[in-house]
Amino acid sequence: MYSFAYHRPVSAAEAEALAAKAGEARFLAGGMTLLPAMKLRLAQPTDLIDLARLGDLRGIKVSGSEVRIGAMTLHAAVAASAEVKRAIPALAHCAGVIGDPQVRNRGTLGGSLANNDPAADYPAAVLGLNATVHTSRRTIPADSFFRGLFETALEPGELITAVSFPIPERAAYEKFRHPASRYAVVGVFVARTGGGVRVAVTGAGPCAFRATQLEQALAKNFSPDALKGIKISADGLNSDIHAAADYRAHLIGVMARRAVAAIA
Amino acid sequence: MPTVTMTVNGRAVSGEAEPRTLLVQFLRDTLGLTGTHIGCDTSQCGACVVHLDGLSVKSCSMLAVQAEGAAVTTIEGLSNGELQPMQAAFREHHGLQCGFCTPGMVMSAIDLVNQNPTPSEHDIREWLDGNICRCTGYHNIVKAIKAGAEAMAAGGKR
Ligand SMILES: Cc1cc2nc3c(=O)[nH]c(=O)nc-3n(C[C@H](O)[C@H](O)[C@H](O)COP(=O)(O)OP(=O)(O)OC[C@H]3O[C@@H](n4cnc5c(N)ncnc54)[C@H](O)[C@@H]3O)c2cc1C
Repeated sequence: MYSFAYHRPVSAAEAEALAAKAGEARFLAGGMTLLPAMKLRLAQPTDLIDLARLGDLRGIKVSGSEVRIGAMTLHAAVAASAEVKRAIPALAHCAGVIGDPQVRNRGTLGGSLANNDPAADYPAAVLGLNATVHTSRRTIPADSFFRGLFETALEPGELITAVSFPIPERAAYEKFRHPASRYAVVGVFVARTGGGVRVAVTGAGPCAFRATQLEQALAKNFSPDALKGIKISADGLNSDIHAAADYRAHLIGVMARRAVAAIA
Repeated sequence: MPTVTMTVNGRAVSGEAEPRTLLVQFLRDTLGLTGTHIGCDTSQCGACVVHLDGLSVKSCSMLAVQAEGAAVTTIEGLSNGELQPMQAAFREHHGLQCGFCTPGMVMSAIDLVNQNPTPSEHDIREWLDGNICRCTGYHNIVKAIKAGAEAMAAGGKR
């Protein structure tokens, strides 16, 4: 790892000010993505701004219509939260299938979203539940947050503070896990709300996206059968040593049917 | 170089550490606690698992400065002359061959049992997602953890 300057601010404003001053600053949350990348010298920030002392960024609040989770809340805390399990069980489940227990004991919601790994789990939940990302500067709707491969709507130095998830009628997340890394080869998050059905896919493309074809079919008939026979195009999907694009396209249908079957 | 202060195995310690010093390097090189192992460079193997304020974490994927003020427990902190019950169960059930992954396995297993005192075989296998063993095929590790959990429940818990 190359050397860097380490900062431990106690407020979001201080964190942002430090980021604005530094050469190439990075926020440090759980470090579960950033530190491994720095060890491999894939990332070489001049300054690390540790968010650990920003207490306001941690915690879960459930109100009548939404679940609000602070950016620094651990995956393990979301997975174990009785309140989240009651309000949006699929969200707790999603957090509980990220990586392994030790990754969940350090990794955070904000870090996962800012990083926007194509195979990350939380983006599917954020998009599927039509959540809102709160930052130090504004609020960003899920539909415009994920921009591309490791690319989000965040500006340099902009800090995610929390995410609010509207509580759906029912929702489910089905993940086809890579057996070694535990990342999603394909994950599908299905949510049914008063406003309709949303289907979000992760692992398959450059970043999480909505499967509108499946949403339309489910809006007419919310059952796994409604998805039978729908052919998903492999155009633009990821191909790598783990799975070819046409296999991923196939898995989207399989995971979507499983998710719908769980809540139909 | 900044000075880092934390509690390790119940003892207040401080030492100099560059910001880029990993917690595992601080434990091994600065404090001489070499029971915590480094098995990979990719945060995946779990040989370096320690407890940070009671939760199992990968000490290779944390900076020492991030542990400022925290309480760390390593494999050396478990026994007080007599093996802790989980350690004893690993010996009894032959839950190891070369032993390289064992400290991480034991630390991870104790965190599991602290959260779930009566884990099923399935719970144990799921929990071990982050601990890789290249010798045993896991079978005896799972047996050891089941027995260790029972022994901890029977009163040896710490
Ligand atoms: C072995 C292993 C397995 C894993 N498996 C999975 C998996 O199955 N599914 C999955 O989804 N993920 C997986 N992960 C990744 C894990 O979920 C990470 O926790 C997550 O991607 C990053 O969160 P973090 O808190 O660790 O962020 P960090 O690594 O600290 O930061 C990641 C990036 O986000 C930025 N950032 C962090 N917080 C904020 C914020 N509040 N505002 C703005 N920017 C911010 C940082 O500057 C950095 O660029 C795995 C990781 C490991 C090591």
